[in-house]
Amino acid sequence: MDAERIYTVELRNVTLGYGERVLFSGANLGFGWGEFTALVGRNGTGKSTLLRTIAGLAKPLHGEIVVDGEPVGGMTARELASRISFVSTDEVRITNLKVADVVALGRAPYTNWIGSLTAEDRQKVVESLSLVGMSAFAHKAMDTLSDGERQRVMIARALAQDTPIILLDEPTAFLDLPNRYDICLLLRELAHKQKKTIVFSTHDLNVALELCDTMAVIENGRFHYGPTVKLIEDGDIQRLFEGTAVLFDAETKTVKMK
Amino acid sequence: MTAKRRNILAFAVVSVLILILFVADILFGSVSLSAADIWAAITGRADSAGDPTAYDTVRSIVTKFRLPKAAVALVAGAALSASGLQMQTLFRNPLAGPFVLGISSGASLGVALFLLGLPLLGTGAGGEIVRNLGMVGSAWVGSALIFLIIMAVSVRIKDIMVILILGMMIGSAATAFIEILQYFSPEGALKSFVVWSMASVGGVTAGQLGILLPVCGVGLLLSVLLIKPLNMLLLGENYARTMGLNVGITRGVIFLSTTLLAGTVTAFCGPVGFIGIAVPHVARMIFAEADHRVLMPATILLGAAVMLFCDIISQMPGHDIVLPVNTITAMLGIPVVVLVIVRNRKIF
Repeated sequence: MDAERIYTVELRNVTLGYGERVLFSGANLGFGWGEFTALVGRNGTGKSTLLRTIAGLAKPLHGEIVVDGEPVGGMTARELASRISFVSTDEVRITNLKVADVVALGRAPYTNWIGSLTAEDRQKVVESLSLVGMSAFAHKAMDTLSDGERQRVMIARALAQDTPIILLDEPTAFLDLPNRYDICLLLRELAHKQKKTIVFSTHDLNVALELCDTMAVIENGRFHYGPTVKLIEDGDIQRLFEGTAVLFDAETKTVKMK
Repeated sequence: MTAKRRNILAFAVVSVLILILFVADILFGSVSLSAADIWAAITGRADSAGDPTAYDTVRSIVTKFRLPKAAVALVAGAALSASGLQMQTLFRNPLAGPFVLGISSGASLGVALFLLGLPLLGTGAGGEIVRNLGMVGSAWVGSALIFLIIMAVSVRIKDIMVILILGMMIGSAATAFIEILQYFSPEGALKSFVVWSMASVGGVTAGQLGILLPVCGVGLLLSVLLIKPLNMLLLGENYARTMGLNVGITRGVIFLSTTLLAGTVTAFCGPVGFIGIAVPHVARMIFAEADHRVLMPATILLGAAVMLFCDIISQMPGHDIVLPVNTITAMLGIPVVVLVIVRNRKIF
């Protein structure tokens, strides 16, 4: 990894796990500006836990996570919320809840005690909705949307939060193929154009390999991180599928049946 | 914009409705009074024969009974409804409420221990002030304890049905324990407890009103301060936390607010069911909103209106019988709850 890259999220000797179970230990890596990173690994390797820990929802067993040079552990919820936004797998399909209100909640770290929106806040909400192509849905209720539309709204909410870092936990999990590409293309564009650090976990290796600048692979409790091309050269992707029914074809950059 | 205008109209209608119901609640009772009589009594006017004491009975009925009763109904309805809305959002459960989750039962158990348990130990309550403070204090402890149990379980178990069933089990356990207490209680203590458990907004004394109004005022103020945190919690705790909400403090304030609201009302009015669970849904149906900036004031106002209405019905205007108010709240509330279950729309 080049030393010149500015790391906005850094793991310093981080060990993650719950109870007796250690998911991975002594991990050191950093995600940088304007980077679109996929976090891949088999089920139960700790992708979700890692994202949740960076977002401040869980604590590492050991080591520390540093955002913008400051340890996450020492920040208040509000301080962290102005640096990192998080799109979780929690379903938000509440009756009567308007799309624009959900996106406006992204402004929560900046609004007053009752959440009144200033002209600037309103502007951000409008911009965010337009960036994800959901402007026409502003006054619709969340329970009337499709899974793909809801996911876009949750991403718009993260954009309205106006943070340099956006983390997404399996944002494409329930989406059809065109929607998966659409969402990932959208995220890549945001990372590159708005210079945001976007890290998302996924099982969709084909999409990730095609679209991501860098990848973080968790395999047998070890971390492999780097530019997508380099991970393929080093054989890190291939190793993910050892002893399974599928294999990775480095030529075509695709995963297929043996 | 049209939705906003519609909501403003709805707020105006509900406010006027409260005013009408408040006046009606003072007019109707076992003795029906005319508005003219009441006006004469309040202004202290003499009757046509020039007797200044002619309206003394009316004045005494109005100031000692009807006015406090209407004020209690207003505040109790608002308090129970606001606590119900907070619980529904906190537990992300459309069927949560102080009665269903066993919070009211906890308060009842507290009051039972105070009214029945203490006499059994041979230390009856002293003066009225001690008695009032004892009742409200034991209701707070009882409801706080149950709320803590429900919260502790809900952190570990996310299944909303489990929380509901647990609440009902706790409620049944409290009821069973109260029945054992009743079985062993002397007649005097038993009578005062049974009268309490019939639930009435009319039995509240001036001294109790002096506790009920300010405490519920604080609880309702906290409900208003909780509007933004509750909106954030609508998206779930993970989202709320990553949007900068201190979930621990928020849970603490909700805990304090609901204990004060549900505990105090139960202490002085008895266990009133189905207001806390049903009124927030009525507010959702009328206002078609999930935003607590609309939903919280709407729920508070509708709760006040509904409770006044229930109290008027329970007085059976024109008859000299008075029904327990919780029978009326149940008959009005249960259809709403059933409708919510049958529609089975995902609210959270």
